[in-house]
Amino acid sequence: MRSIPENKTLFQRRLWDRFMVGLLLLSTILVMVPLLIIIGYVIVNGISALNWEFFTEELGSPARAMQGRPTGLIHTILGTAVVDLIALIIAAPVGLGAGILLSEYPDHKLNPPLRIINDTLNGMPAILKGLLAFALIVKPMGTFSGLAGGFALAFVMIPIIARSTESALMNIPWSIREAGLAIGLPRWRVVLSTVMPAARTGLVTGFLIAFARAAGEAAPLMFTSFGNNYLPRHWTGMILGPVDTLPQRLYSLAISPYKEWHAMGWAAGIVLLVFVITLFITARFLTRVKKED
Amino acid sequence: METMLKNKKIQVTGLSKENEVVNITNRENGAYPVRMETRNLNVKYGKVSAVKNISLPVYNERVTALIGPSGCGKTTFLRALNRMHDLTRNASVTGEVLLDGNNIYNPKVNPVTIRRKIGMVFQKPTPFPTMSIFNNVVAGLKLVGIRNKALLNEVCEKALTQAALFDEVKDRLNSPGGSLSGGQQQRLSIARALAIEPEVLLMDEPTSSLDPQSSSKIEDLIHELKKNYAIVIVTHNLQQAGRVSDYTGFFFLGELIEFGETEKMYTNPAHKRTEEYLTGKFG
Repeated sequence: MRSIPENKTLFQRRLWDRFMVGLLLLSTILVMVPLLIIIGYVIVNGISALNWEFFTEELGSPARAMQGRPTGLIHTILGTAVVDLIALIIAAPVGLGAGILLSEYPDHKLNPPLRIINDTLNGMPAILKGLLAFALIVKPMGTFSGLAGGFALAFVMIPIIARSTESALMNIPWSIREAGLAIGLPRWRVVLSTVMPAARTGLVTGFLIAFARAAGEAAPLMFTSFGNNYLPRHWTGMILGPVDTLPQRLYSLAISPYKEWHAMGWAAGIVLLVFVITLFITARFLTRVKKED
Repeated sequence: METMLKNKKIQVTGLSKENEVVNITNRENGAYPVRMETRNLNVKYGKVSAVKNISLPVYNERVTALIGPSGCGKTTFLRALNRMHDLTRNASVTGEVLLDGNNIYNPKVNPVTIRRKIGMVFQKPTPFPTMSIFNNVVAGLKLVGIRNKALLNEVCEKALTQAALFDEVKDRLNSPGGSLSGGQQQRLSIARALAIEPEVLLMDEPTSSLDPQSSSKIEDLIHELKKNYAIVIVTHNLQQAGRVSDYTGFFFLGELIEFGETEKMYTNPAHKRTEEYLTGKFG
């Protein structure tokens, strides 16, 4: 019997193996390091400004911070919650509907164009979505508003939710659908009562990821929710009037000429980071629980 | 009902436009009424023909077994009987499938109503993962809006009893359907199919993923069920086909080679192919 010719010694193979694994490790480190640097840097610079007032007071004029009077970003934190929730309320049903069509109705004639449109929307720069909201909502209303901001962010969320919904539903075996049809259920009922409950963790995970992505967007908010140094007197002011959001406030604090505000900007960064990372970890955790089932 | 069937010459009125009346001969003459029938049925996946020009009767209160080597088109044929191919994107069905004389592929027929009359049990157990045992069984009723608790309880108990599962699960009807063993899950799937009280029951290798004991329970069940249903079963197990069926169709390469009474076919097959398959020479 002829043996396969050896062109390398065992030692050479081991060396090569070590080298390749080393390369993989290097790439891993290169992925992780920027994240750690960002987290570390933001915390080091912002922690000093994170105090009780930061979470209870509104920002006010620059004079407040310079004179050492209490100042904070409560209006920004609340504003972020309001704008992001408006976005989710708009985007969840739309994205879910589109995702269901993509996954459950592959033979529908709208399926291929929807897929292309959704991918295009996903890749479209967020600032253009802000422009759309400006044209459709800010102009007719005559004012910047949380509603316009939420509308712009909804377009950030929709393609992400549609995609994650599609993949969550596709993960459910086709046999479940056939079993539902075989007992005489209409197709929509099969999707609603058997496929979607089975996919619920995947669906929620998609919402969280889309929410976290949109929560970090600043560009589409600049000419939609605009920003505000004060807490509106009535909560409806956050929906119908200009409202502050964390990513955008972070930017405006950072480019301001006041060093007290710079520290607050870093602190806003900490809050945003904690918020987004919590969402991603929750999403990650939900996915893992699902896989263990 | 039993006696009525015995003593009377039954007339089943077709629902078709022509209002044709199908005369069905008395059971005492040894013949059973034809419940379903295919006429020149063809199924294609894209350009590949999987079922070729098959005409086959399904008798009421009898078990019809479909046998043949892998890939011969038996499952494809079975799935055509309750329009399960509607959802397969590149599958196309031509020819006729008659249920009580009406073509179920008539464009005016709603596939949902057809599937309520023609139940199906699949090769692998498919309990709905998020539902309890109870909800699994009554899914076909509850999800179309039947809320009557007493009725649902009654149906659930009856279906589970028919499927020989009730005694094993009666104390835990609220635990998830997925918590049952494989054999129990398969019987749960059968109970779910029976709960909607279909007229015809299609079974696609219902015992292929089960242990011998569960298999024999399901075979007993088929014997029991054929008193009320027309049953079509696809099986790879020739002994099983011999045990449970009254009629057998032998499929080969998408064609129906032979159809007839099981006893006759097993003892004296008309075609060489059938004989070779039954004696294990190929397949």
